[in-house]
Amino acid sequence: MGESQEMDIGYVANLARIELTEEEKEKFRGQFGDILKYFDRLSEVDVEGVEPTAHAFPRHNVWDQDEARPGFSAEEALANAPAQRQDQVVVPKIIEE
Amino acid sequence: MPDNLHEMTAAELGEALAAGKTSAVEIAHSFIARAEAVDEKVHAFLHRDDEDFLAQANASDERRSKGESLGPMDGVPVAVKDVISVKGQPLTAASRILENYVSPYDATVIVKLKHAGALVWGRLNLDEFAMGSSTENSAYGATNNPWNLACVPGGSSGGSAAAVAAREAPLTLGSDTGGSIRQPAALCGVVGMKPTYGMVSRYGLAAFASSLDQIGPFSQTVEDAALLLQTISGHDPLDSTSYPAEVPDYHRALAEKPGPLKLGLPKEFFGEGIDEEVRKLVDEAIQFYRDDGHEIIEISLPRTDLSIPVYYLIATAEASSNLARYDGIRYTHRSDRAENAIDVYAKSRGEGFGEEVKRRCILGAYALSSGYYDAYYLRAQKTRTLIRRDFEKAFEQVDAILTPTSPTPAFRQGERNEDPIAMYLSDVFTISTNLAGLPALSVPCGFTGAGLPVGLHIIGQAFKETDLLRVANAYDTVHSFGRKVPQL
Repeated sequence: MGESQEMDIGYVANLARIELTEEEKEKFRGQFGDILKYFDRLSEVDVEGVEPTAHAFPRHNVWDQDEARPGFSAEEALANAPAQRQDQVVVPKIIEE
Repeated sequence: MPDNLHEMTAAELGEALAAGKTSAVEIAHSFIARAEAVDEKVHAFLHRDDEDFLAQANASDERRSKGESLGPMDGVPVAVKDVISVKGQPLTAASRILENYVSPYDATVIVKLKHAGALVWGRLNLDEFAMGSSTENSAYGATNNPWNLACVPGGSSGGSAAAVAAREAPLTLGSDTGGSIRQPAALCGVVGMKPTYGMVSRYGLAAFASSLDQIGPFSQTVEDAALLLQTISGHDPLDSTSYPAEVPDYHRALAEKPGPLKLGLPKEFFGEGIDEEVRKLVDEAIQFYRDDGHEIIEISLPRTDLSIPVYYLIATAEASSNLARYDGIRYTHRSDRAENAIDVYAKSRGEGFGEEVKRRCILGAYALSSGYYDAYYLRAQKTRTLIRRDFEKAFEQVDAILTPTSPTPAFRQGERNEDPIAMYLSDVFTISTNLAGLPALSVPCGFTGAGLPVGLHIIGQAFKETDLLRVANAYDTVHSFGRKVPQL
């Protein structure tokens, strides 16, 4: 990775789907520069041939019985929804006309 | 034994209940009165449902009167960090985005507590989504350190640590991703423990970094930590990372004193940057173990300085993925400025998340993005392997590892707020154990001249909580610093 590159804040914030104010962008720009420089310490580590660790004690093939279990009623499932109608979550139109 | 119920340990409350000297309802009233008296100053709680607390206490007393007590936890209050689901109670994760959320189900640890008869009470403050080391990142106001209200309680489980220190609850639950149980425990002068990854189910915990998160206990004593850990541990089919290990009888194991052990001091942890008073108090604790017949050995964990960049890459990457669920669609705050679907996500998250959460989600998205994945995330995972191997090698030589929990005592509110890296460095001694998945705890080991508590950090071997608790208990039963009550 070598020298840390300037991060395009607008681009990455869009990837993360987070709207930022101009002040936040300005503040983060400076802080991210420092943090990425700090992260760049890892570029000096020799990791040739080293397996990555995703979990400290990995477990593979954890099977579950395919049995029906009681779940939420529609009412319970929708209790926290910001907008609902006829047992469904209401969302803005997704497909353009 | 203290005169006030609210100053008693869980073990003492259990004994008093069993002997018929008090009732669960009396105990509940005592803690409600204590919270009423001091929580305005401490602000450990975000929410309390006292009516529900008393109803559970009543049910506990009824069971006992019929001879159907559920055991030593029956009638003992446990307050909960506001990231663990309790059915019918709010869960905000100290975030605006979950301001009106009510949990539709119980986390597995809560199911287990209820089965043991514990009184599950209250929602405790934290850094938003457990991201932080000071509890200043809460959308609902900071928690204050009971030993000095101008200081932070540590974080992210600051409310859980402060509640035990202020005697607002005998036991609390927190979560630890990089030190979020142990560091606040040290800064508030109580016991806090992170179990081995997989020993305690994460089902019902609002996820931050799934490969690092563990739920664990806070208490005044190591004995109480063992009692609570016993209740919440065990394999859970609802958490695929939960480990199918037997849960030993921790409490009974404490009766046995550990034989002569080899205790390691990693030289990298005792270098520069440690507060002099912290160093002195930790040295005294080490001397106790030496005098107690244990062998103290210098060891090396050579990649200690890499653990912070590795942690912040892995934790932010996992967080950016985990927090994608807070999308404004199904159960979170939804922006009323949104005009299309993408807008709902971006505006709801922009309005709902606090600054540190935004910072970490964006950093994580960057670390995972095309062109940077290999250089950042994958390289961090490989370095994580090296850090894990360093511990494996160290444990060929020693039975447990001793370090300070935090390089400094509690710092002042606002002091590290604007400098993310300085805040991240608060966790330098605790982070590597999460990367390696190991169990570790902080036990109070004295007070600075200014009256601030200091913690001794003890790291154990994977799935050997029994040995870890024994080592800690040998010190704690002699010193009992966690039993000292702050003036509030």
